[in-house]
Amino acid sequence: MVNKRIDEPTGTETVGHEWDGIEELDTPMPRWWLWTLYLTIVWGIVYVILYPAWPMVDKATAGVLGWSSRGELAREMSVADQARASVREQLARTPIERLPEDSKLFAQAVAGGRSAYQVYCSQCHGSGGAGSQTLGYPNLNDDDWLWGGDLKAIHYTITNGIRAPGIKETRTSAMPPFETMFEPAQFEALLSHVMALSGKGSANSAGAQIFRDNCATCHGPSGEGMRLVGGPRLNDAIWLYGGTRDDIRAQIQKPRMGHMPQWGTRLDPVTIKMLSAYVWSLGGGENFVEAAADPAVKVDGEP
Amino acid sequence: MGLASQHKKLEKNINLLAIGAFIAVAIGGIVEIAPLFWIDNTIEKVKGMRPYTPLEQAGRNIYVREGCYSCHSQMIRPFRDEVERYGHYSLAAESMYDHPFQWGSKRTGPDLARVGGRYSDAWHVQHLKDPQSVVPESIMPKYAFLADTPLKAEGAGAMLTALSRVGVPYSKRDIGQAMADIVLQADPESGGDVEEFQRRYPKAQVRDFDGNPAAVTEMDALVAYLQMLGTLVDVDSAAAQQMLAEETGR
Repeated sequence: MVNKRIDEPTGTETVGHEWDGIEELDTPMPRWWLWTLYLTIVWGIVYVILYPAWPMVDKATAGVLGWSSRGELAREMSVADQARASVREQLARTPIERLPEDSKLFAQAVAGGRSAYQVYCSQCHGSGGAGSQTLGYPNLNDDDWLWGGDLKAIHYTITNGIRAPGIKETRTSAMPPFETMFEPAQFEALLSHVMALSGKGSANSAGAQIFRDNCATCHGPSGEGMRLVGGPRLNDAIWLYGGTRDDIRAQIQKPRMGHMPQWGTRLDPVTIKMLSAYVWSLGGGENFVEAAADPAVKVDGEP
Repeated sequence: MGLASQHKKLEKNINLLAIGAFIAVAIGGIVEIAPLFWIDNTIEKVKGMRPYTPLEQAGRNIYVREGCYSCHSQMIRPFRDEVERYGHYSLAAESMYDHPFQWGSKRTGPDLARVGGRYSDAWHVQHLKDPQSVVPESIMPKYAFLADTPLKAEGAGAMLTALSRVGVPYSKRDIGQAMADIVLQADPESGGDVEEFQRRYPKAQVRDFDGNPAAVTEMDALVAYLQMLGTLVDVDSAAAQQMLAEETGR
């Protein structure tokens, strides 16, 4: 039955079967295809020797190169860290309030802070730092600071957060709800007074009296705010939860108070310094007054 | 005759061919997959993992129900760009109590594996109600209804029982207390032993999450879940870093 023969027109051997006179050619596979197959087999063997491959009893074979994706990441990160090492080391050594004295280092800190800001801060404070005047996310471009706008104060706020749950050093203050404290008429008088502080309402003595008795302790006698307790300034056009009469009424009756995470437990100290420098540089940064001379720090003297 | 003709038998018998093909594929599966169930480094040994609290688990169910996984992964891969943005890469151990896991290969929104503690509760509530109000370029849909929907806590015990059957180590007490635990975690003023609760669930955050102390809503549950993501294991501890960087055979 098997009757192999060479087919004359093609010169190829047949498989040796014949069905009603029909025969099948046994055409060999193309050489290039066969060699590709052999090469992939060789490549597979080499790969198994070099890289982690076979899962065994307690772990997979490690491969003679000792490669692992996590090890490679660690190497890549350490190369990147080394490239930035001198800047980071300088930043680590320089006290935050003396940073602006070294203009080159400061510029590097601001650049690093800008990219960290986009990752960690922009979601609340906005990608341009404009915050929200109605949702309670402070604008970082202006000079209206709740807790202080010099480098040290900003650094402290970023490190410890504001009303961060479970953090002892966090900045914290609470405004009591005044919902049940006053009569409606008293509320309106107070509202007019508060709005008058920024030139929008009509000043009245009843409202002024209520303000003196209840609000001035934290917001200051003329609504200038009090950073020691984080009492927001009321005599300007900048608001956290809206500046309309209704917004202010709602805020007095049931105050909303913002939270900011403590970044000290999540980011490294140098990144926090860079963030502080960036926020300080946005426009509203204030000078730190009592910068003590520290001979250990080298500065270039340029402004 | 010989091997070639033996193979012809296989080619001509459909049943024999099916059995042979099955055996060939099974060998591949056994070699590649089965060892993962016994080799030690499939799941790293790390400190801090615990099952989800009933409230977090309820939030997780809402996360799955709303299809958050369609856009958000919970798996930070070991690449520099991901690690610089999202934090330390995820460990298998960190999803050991996930049923189902929320890894993923597609991100329309950011990875959420370590979103816990990154934003305030108020931000999460605002963002879920109206994402564009805080992130103008966001294309995320609004989930405002979560704040108005009371959380159905009645099934909490059954939920934990189901999870314990697939290997999540909830104790009898955890299961019995499940409903009470939900109320306790979202409303610590309600009375209840917070310390005892946190002994059973270390690092559990206890507070009113949605800014509405009057009710336990689905918003409470989802925010509680988001705020705990990635907060249990101290991956940045020096010992853990050393161990992971030196590990081979993965």
